[in-house]
Amino acid sequence: MIYFGNLKPKRGEIHLDKSRCKGCQFCVEYCPRDVLETSEEYNDKGYHPPRIKDPMNCCYCQLCEAICPEYALFVTLMEEENEGEESQSRP
Amino acid sequence: MKKVKADPKGVLVGAHYLDGDYAIAEGALAAGCRFFAGYPITPSTETAERFAERIPMVGGVFIQMEDEIASVTALIGASWGGQKPMTVTSGPGFSLMMENIGLAAMMETPLVIANVQRGGPSTGLPTLTGQGDMMQVRWGSHGDYKIIALSPDSPQECFDLTIHAFNLSEMYRVPVFIMTDECVGHMHEKVVIPPADRIDLVERKWYEGPKDKYLPYKPDKDLVPFMVKAGDGYRFHTTGLTHDERGYPVINADCQDWNVRHLQDKITKNASKIVKFEEDQTDKADVVVVSYGITSRVAYRAVQSARKAGLKVGIFRLITVWPFPEKRLAELAQTVKAFVVPELNLGQIVLEVERVSAGRAAAIPVSHAGGWVHDPENILKAIKEAVK
Amino acid sequence: MSTVATSREPRNPMEDFLRMDRIPHIWCSGCGIGVVVTSFADALRKSEKNLDKVAVVSGIGCTGRVAGYVKLDSFHSTHGRAIPFATGLKLANPELDVVVFSGDGDLTGIGGNHFIHAARRNMDLLVICVNNFNYAMTGGQVAPTTPIDANLSTAPFGNFEYPFSLPYLADTCGATYVARWTCLHIRRVTNSIQEALGKKGFRFIEVIAPCVTLYARRNRLGDGLNILKYYYENSEIRHGADTRTVDITYQGKITCGKFIDREKPPFLDCMNTHLRKSLGDKYVPYGEKR
Repeated sequence: MIYFGNLKPKRGEIHLDKSRCKGCQFCVEYCPRDVLETSEEYNDKGYHPPRIKDPMNCCYCQLCEAICPEYALFVTLMEEENEGEESQSRP
Repeated sequence: MKKVKADPKGVLVGAHYLDGDYAIAEGALAAGCRFFAGYPITPSTETAERFAERIPMVGGVFIQMEDEIASVTALIGASWGGQKPMTVTSGPGFSLMMENIGLAAMMETPLVIANVQRGGPSTGLPTLTGQGDMMQVRWGSHGDYKIIALSPDSPQECFDLTIHAFNLSEMYRVPVFIMTDECVGHMHEKVVIPPADRIDLVERKWYEGPKDKYLPYKPDKDLVPFMVKAGDGYRFHTTGLTHDERGYPVINADCQDWNVRHLQDKITKNASKIVKFEEDQTDKADVVVVSYGITSRVAYRAVQSARKAGLKVGIFRLITVWPFPEKRLAELAQTVKAFVVPELNLGQIVLEVERVSAGRAAAIPVSHAGGWVHDPENILKAIKEAVK
Repeated sequence: MSTVATSREPRNPMEDFLRMDRIPHIWCSGCGIGVVVTSFADALRKSEKNLDKVAVVSGIGCTGRVAGYVKLDSFHSTHGRAIPFATGLKLANPELDVVVFSGDGDLTGIGGNHFIHAARRNMDLLVICVNNFNYAMTGGQVAPTTPIDANLSTAPFGNFEYPFSLPYLADTCGATYVARWTCLHIRRVTNSIQEALGKKGFRFIEVIAPCVTLYARRNRLGDGLNILKYYYENSEIRHGADTRTVDITYQGKITCGKFIDREKPPFLDCMNTHLRKSLGDKYVPYGEKR
């Protein structure tokens, strides 16, 4: 059965506006794939913004985007070269 | 602003025998008011009752809110939803409304509130007349702002001035108050209601430019900003915080100065177009009796007696109490000896008369704490004293 | 909703929904209000409503600032008076979807009277109450929802007053939709709001959110993340729970879920039906064409 054979996991590209971050660490904590970690650098406000530690692991769940209180993070879907099954809904 | 004719559905054409409260309700309907949010309070309840009875046949909403605070706030919401709203109340309710009257003034929201005054302070004399809220209507809410207040002296004037109040509120995007009292409110007299095509109404200045360039508080040439209503796609924001032309809060002294002076100038600089009064034989008078509302009718009796006794007495009846007719009274102060100011309170508008006279003429109060009208003899006595 | 990366510069979808000239917002680091606004924006997008016809009314307080940040017809009214303002707005233009977005102190303290009467009348309003258990904007004072024993500036030795259970209050007053979530339940909040937007009548959604600078700091509960972890450990989803049993004690269990979902004709429908019955042809209906 090739029903699941053609499915490729989605990959997301994280866009981070470090200057908006207020260092709450919600995104770091709740990313299910440990893609983010708190960085050592400071932003203009004096907070430690997150850092994309493991970009290949992002599965486009958009949870970081939904939970960021500062609208500093959003995720876009990366087009795969070999297209998998298309799904429009946000998991 | 647009000039329109009244909607015939709301106009009860004909000659009627109505009391002041009912006349206010009829005036509101004739003026196009289709939203009334109120709370019962003696002696104003009849207006609400009349509106509740009539509006289902005209088309609109009557809602009795849980208190006066909710009533006036619902009016502000309704005005931003595109309606011409109204409520009525009396002293205690008026005090409750004060915070949101300030909000209406700050958001520059057209609406009309009638205060059928009774004896105060506090619960006071619920069923008896007074004129004790005349300063409160001007200064009742905190901060600097200006409003318009009218004072009818008869049920006919209650009808006429209610229509005028709506027009003024639409023209100047400001709360307008109809300051009657229990006497005029409960007095039954002939009220003639003309056909709809003879009633001139004014609609607020609707903005018609590009949506992304709309600024809710940018004053036009007449100092009144253009208005929109919710649901038309302007995506505007308005707040009770000190704000700039965009309607966004800006918390600093410069914006405060701009904002608050604009609220004042809007009325002050247009005052000559707003102020309305009636004068009789003031030019050569020694004494002028300045009065408003029910007291002006009693004062007229006193003036008649004084004139019969050969005294040169003029009458000055305030129709707009606020903005106060400063210019004309300042002029008269140069030629008369004194102003006699009878009021159903312990001296409120007399303070304005005194201020405006600036010492050139005396301002003599004839106070009456309320509960009944003056004895014309007392006003006559004051006139005779003043002439000496 | 998905954004496909193209050669154009990708934009945060929230930028279409917010007044970007007012961002960054005033809320503290770790505050939950920003999260609730995102959930709200998602719900509006999913519901495919015409956003020109959605109006937001807020009161005073931290949550009350929401009206200033959303790019909708929005009104920032006085303390506690968002609900009567919204009532007037909705009745004046029944085509609008009016959302009241305000805080626990604003809606149920000073605004308590308006809350119960709007619910009683079944006014067609969606009320989103962000509950952070205190009056935060003014520096963290005790509120009608503060649990017993919590420490706040006007209860410096701990609160001893019984608090409200907001779902119970809304239910008793006659709301047609009552739900409670924490701001951590981002997708469930979105779903609840979306569901509620499709209903009529007085709909109430309570969203529990952290107040880091005040409630948490005064009670030494840590930062936003600590509080979200507390929500994670202690929230229990019980759909349809009896609203008499969903009280929140200090740092206790938080019962979440959709408690009430019923149908009841809203105010204008009641008005039109009743007056049509009493007056027959003489009645001129109001606000009926939708």
